[in-house]
Amino acid sequence: MPNHIVAVNEVSKSYRRDSIKIPVLENINLAVPEGEFLALMGPSGSGKTTLLNLIAGIDRPDTGTIVVANDEVTKLSESQMADWRARHIGFIFQFYNLIPVLTAYENVELPLLLTKLSKKERDEHVKTALGVVGLSDRMKHYPKQLSGGQQQRVAIARAIVADPTLIVADEPTGDLDKVSATEILTLLERLNREFKKSIVMVTHDQRAADKAHLVRHLDKGELV
Amino acid sequence: MKILKLIFKNTLRHPLRTILTFLGIAIVTFAFGFIRTAISAWYAGVEASAQNRMVVLNATSLMFPLPLSYRDKIAQIPGVQSVGTANWFGAYYKDPKDFFANFAVDDKYLAMYSEFVTPPEQLAAYKQERNACIIGRKLANRFGWKLGDAVQLTGTIFYGQWDFVVRGIYDGAHATTDETAFLFHWDYINERMKQESPELADYPGWFVIQIADDVNPVAIGEIIDGNFKNSPAETKTETERAFNLSFIAMAGTIMTAMEVISIVVVLIILLVLANTMAMTARERMSEYAVLKTLGFRPLHLVGLISGESLLIALGGFVVGLGALFFIFKNFSVVITKLSNGFFGIFNLTDNTIALTFASALMVGIVAAIFPTWRAVRMRIADGLHRVA
Repeated sequence: MPNHIVAVNEVSKSYRRDSIKIPVLENINLAVPEGEFLALMGPSGSGKTTLLNLIAGIDRPDTGTIVVANDEVTKLSESQMADWRARHIGFIFQFYNLIPVLTAYENVELPLLLTKLSKKERDEHVKTALGVVGLSDRMKHYPKQLSGGQQQRVAIARAIVADPTLIVADEPTGDLDKVSATEILTLLERLNREFKKSIVMVTHDQRAADKAHLVRHLDKGELV
Repeated sequence: MKILKLIFKNTLRHPLRTILTFLGIAIVTFAFGFIRTAISAWYAGVEASAQNRMVVLNATSLMFPLPLSYRDKIAQIPGVQSVGTANWFGAYYKDPKDFFANFAVDDKYLAMYSEFVTPPEQLAAYKQERNACIIGRKLANRFGWKLGDAVQLTGTIFYGQWDFVVRGIYDGAHATTDETAFLFHWDYINERMKQESPELADYPGWFVIQIADDVNPVAIGEIIDGNFKNSPAETKTETERAFNLSFIAMAGTIMTAMEVISIVVVLIILLVLANTMAMTARERMSEYAVLKTLGFRPLHLVGLISGESLLIALGGFVVGLGALFFIFKNFSVVITKLSNGFFGIFNLTDNTIALTFASALMVGIVAAIFPTWRAVRMRIADGLHRVA
């Protein structure tokens, strides 16, 4: 039996809009083996991002359990969850979500400010991460001075700089042109293949899903 | 890269908004400090009151004088060391708008006010000349008067033209000492009154007494007032502090209004900064969500938002305070002139600086409370959703 990096068991999640309860996920079970590159696909409103948020520990399920990197995320308090995310999860967002007043270097350094690394060690980590994404020559550039593809690569460098156990990516190519999207997908594929990073990616894009080893479909809150 | 650097960079993210808010706080700091200083100036007479000086005045009103014969009787009372005579002269120089305090006083009165520091040779020259006067440094600067200058005042109580020669210019021994007074010989008006209006002669406005340190002022006051009970001019004896406070009470409503204005001014800028911080935080909710996602804790967000708010508030405070120092150092004479001598003492006190700083600090902290609360309570998923 393979070692699972993510184990989702009987998870349900609903939101309240005024007095109306809107079910988003129902009795979801999902296991992601370590080192896997999983793509979650499905139409808008199917619950893909909600499931990703639950796995990443930025939201809590109504029922069920989620175990990631041998930690039962659902049992952690808010502050424990914050520490856990910093240690285990690397995030890549559709709209990059870089801090506009910080340079590429400073954006990538952000997660390391929460660690006990020295300034020199942080510097080494940041330069290595930016080197992996091919942006060593753009360290001092601000986000607005970079193209969309370059900004997403900075976001990927930020996601991997603390050497997380799991990378979660929410529509990482959703805001990019075809060429940039291909670059990003190639980079994610490389992170999975060369650096053995486990990746869970939400996407609409079939080309993106084709890069993954495993594709699961969500529809109306259920895995199909 | 540290959190402080992020705070600093965030502050400069919308330069125009930050500069306008910053200037607003600087102006309010200036206004608040100015108003508080004006209030302090008004109370300066009370602060400068001596513990061992008392004032004996007509029990009916300060408007009514006392017989000069009381002076010797008061001087006989055990515990009284000295009795000085004074009159409010109420004259003006050239234009009635050129108001300043002018008093006719005798030498004993002058000797009691050691905080009016006059060079000995000037004091000696003053004593030798009947129409000589001693003026405060600020008054001299205000009108450009120098030693030896002839000054003519127009009387409003003691009518007519009154000629004086400036023989002394005094400096205040303390920051709270009034340097705008005009003092001259009581005998000068008394002699002229004997000729022109005998009914006004030998009637000083009040007496100032100096008492021994070990004497109870209340007891002395009771003895003095008891001596003149049932006489045509009963007396009211009080400490100099109480006497000065009774003057201030006359303008109590104005002072209260000024205090209220100073508080309102601070509340207005609090709302302005709170609005700025609320806008700022609303625009950055997605960034706060990202920071939380990366593992930053609520305390980090508190530091980021309140740090920015405090940076703007305290930065504005420093600029406003600098402007206050500059204005008071270089334009205090102008202020005294513009206020027609109403504010003779215009010093930025430590208390005013501390109060202004505390106000800026309070504004910085309170303005950050609501946006910080929102950012801390925000669900990460909701914050990230704002981007899309």
